Amino acid sequence: MIAFIKKQLTQAGKFSRFIGRFFRELFVPPFQFNEFIRQCYTIGYKSLPLVGITGFIMGLVLTIQSRPTMTKFGAESWLPGMVSLSLIREIAPVITALICAGKIASGIGAELGSMKVTSQLNAMEVSAINPYKYLVVTRVLASTLMVPLLVILADLVGIYGGYIGYNVHSSIGLLRYFSEVIENLDFLDIIPATIKTFFFGFFIGVIGCYKGFNASGGTASVGRAANSAVVTASLSIFVVDMLAVQITDLFY
Amino acid sequence: MSEQPIISIKNLHKSFGKNKVLRGINLTVNKGEDLVILGRSGSGKSVTIECLVGLLEADKGKIEVFGIDVTKLNYKELNKIRLRIGFMFQNGALYDSMSVRENLAFTLKHHTKHLSEDEVEKQINEALENVGLKEAIDKMPTELSGGMIKRIGLARTLIIKPEIILYDEPTAGLDTITAKEISELILSVQNKYKTTALIITHDITCAKMTGNRIMILKDGLIHAEGTFNELKNSIDDWVRSFFEYE
Ligand SMILES: Nc1ncnc2c1ncn2[C@@H]1O[C@H](COP(=O)(O)OP(=O)(O)OP(=O)(O)O)[C@@H](O)[C@H]1O
Ligand SMILES: [Mg+2]
Repeated sequence: MIAFIKKQLTQAGKFSRFIGRFFRELFVPPFQFNEFIRQCYTIGYKSLPLVGITGFIMGLVLTIQSRPTMTKFGAESWLPGMVSLSLIREIAPVITALICAGKIASGIGAELGSMKVTSQLNAMEVSAINPYKYLVVTRVLASTLMVPLLVILADLVGIYGGYIGYNVHSSIGLLRYFSEVIENLDFLDIIPATIKTFFFGFFIGVIGCYKGFNASGGTASVGRAANSAVVTASLSIFVVDMLAVQITDLFY
Repeated sequence: MSEQPIISIKNLHKSFGKNKVLRGINLTVNKGEDLVILGRSGSGKSVTIECLVGLLEADKGKIEVFGIDVTKLNYKELNKIRLRIGFMFQNGALYDSMSVRENLAFTLKHHTKHLSEDEVEKQINEALENVGLKEAIDKMPTELSGGMIKRIGLARTLIIKPEIILYDEPTAGLDTITAKEISELILSVQNKYKTTALIITHDITCAKMTGNRIMILKDGLIHAEGTFNELKNSIDDWVRSFFEYE
């Protein structure tokens, strides 16, 4: 038991040092701009279809599922507002982040893990290229910036999905629908929800990199790194979300 | 040959947990010399050269390269030394997301910002020509055979014009003919660029062809040292057993 706790604490310490190093290296030039752009492309652009489709389905399904209850209370006209509110505040950020954990964290974990076990990281190191700066800083930064953008996309597509869902049983114009959505939205709904997505992105990137860098042993450890990156990143998303909700709650 | 050592390792110790891999290695490599380290699998040959370039931290001992103790350097100073040392990895360690050209350009561009594209291309071609693989320039590492990977690995090492090259098992995993070709290649590179070399191997033919001097590693210590013929006719049975299959 003590050994277990000790191991967990060592892990936590190592992980904190890894994060600390990210911030140290972030502000020391040279900055690997080309690699950063490439990562934004792979992390952001390549995830667009996936996030778009899931966002659309979330909005659609949420509207269709909530309609009977809302109708029961005679509050059918609140449907657009309610759906978009729950999308923006909670559902779109968390679901999108989970999808990104599955796609991005596992991708980074596997990529860096295989570079580690085939000595490619060492090869960079001995040719005096800082692999931390070249690989980790660029990936973490890209995922910190791309995940919020993906969430915003999921918000928009999700609201549109809600519009389609709403029109299954009644008819409302797109403009009317959106004006109703906007009427129900508050500045305070959007800002905290957006801020937390930066943290989601950061943890997705940093956990993927950490797991990849710490892969050791044969090729089997690459699979383990990818797998554990997804699990840990998903878990961290819920923890960050819980903390974020508690903190925003204080300010209301 | 001048007698000023370019690499000097004194009393190097390294363990992983309870596994004491190196227990006091002493060795020197002089300028222009090709030193071969022989040893069984798992005897700590790779660990020795990984300590030399700071990939692993030595537990105890002194490692001087170009007269500078690398165990005491900070990251930036260490990187300056690393640029003067080439390291050829056991498995090649080519960046598998990049083509051969990009593999070679990567290090070069990273350290020489002022080079024009033409100049980069010229140097890549020169390095590939040295290893006789100019036609592979647009291939991806997965399309290369084991022998080609070693050659490209050597070309990537050569492109930064190192003063020392560390070869980690340059012929491991190759058939005897290809292994011989690689040994010849090493020899020609050594002659052309007059680099100092530390060659790690358990391939006797390679040791014979490339080494001026041979050291044998056993139980974390240098067990024997001498020229090929001296060791082959050693009075020590264990040392002689290495040369039985030659
Ligand atoms: N990073 C590491 N962590 C733990 N143990 C290690 C590490 N690197 C090497 N070892 C151990 O050190 C010992 C020597 O390994 P090394 O790779 O130097 O052998 P080698 O002489 O190069 O063998 P081979 O010819 O198979 O490459 C082995 O027992 C290995 O398990
Ligand atoms: Mg080895």
